[in-house]
Amino acid sequence: MKNNGMSIIVRTVTRFVYGLIILFGFYVIMHGHLSPGGGFQGGAVVASAFALLLVAFGSTGLKGRLNLHWLQTMEEVGALSFLALAFLGIGTAFFYNLFANSGGFLFGASVPTGSNAGVFAAGGLVPLMNWAVGLKVMTGIAAIVIIMLVGSRKEETE
Amino acid sequence: MIVQSILHVVVLVLIVIGAALAVWFKDLLSSVLALAAASLLVALEFYLLQAPDVAIAEAGIGAALTTAIYIIAIRRTARKEEE
Repeated sequence: MKNNGMSIIVRTVTRFVYGLIILFGFYVIMHGHLSPGGGFQGGAVVASAFALLLVAFGSTGLKGRLNLHWLQTMEEVGALSFLALAFLGIGTAFFYNLFANSGGFLFGASVPTGSNAGVFAAGGLVPLMNWAVGLKVMTGIAAIVIIMLVGSRKEETE
Repeated sequence: MIVQSILHVVVLVLIVIGAALAVWFKDLLSSVLALAAASLLVALEFYLLQAPDVAIAEAGIGAALTTAIYIIAIRRTARKEEE
């Protein structure tokens, strides 16, 4: 059996939509502290674009652009940066939000009282932690799909 | 309010139909696609119940990723269910 993915219809549609799916996933992660969604949901959306690419083109059709070693490294980077951000405020408490209301620096804007539409540059550590979780989830789930593809192919050739 | 109730009933009936089709089909690829449709309708129902957070996760994991993994598994094994 060949391993270069599915029919030309699937491959053409995939070329059109995968960029939009990745962009929407990054949007969900970036606005995680204001709108529904967050690190996990946005990461799952981005990982679904990776899964679409892998199913449509096969693991050989991507020419190693999503390689397993790199994905697993980025997953560990996401987990460790989440922990590092949690340890940043260890002087006060674990998970202490050091950057909130620090005045402009790195999501440090203060939020006005009363009802408002939400301030994008506020939130302190929470948006950065959303990015860390998003990185871990998107690369972790992509690694699961790649292992499924490669592992099943190895059994076939034996 | 009455429109929302009707919408709930329609979506729930469609979820049950999708799940029943997933069991009924002998072609496993059609079965997986019926399961993906049911999962997408579950995401719509979560959204109607005002849980958009869960709806995004369900659409990403349930409708996209499990379908991809099932399709990979079907490509490596048999496409028709054995009697």
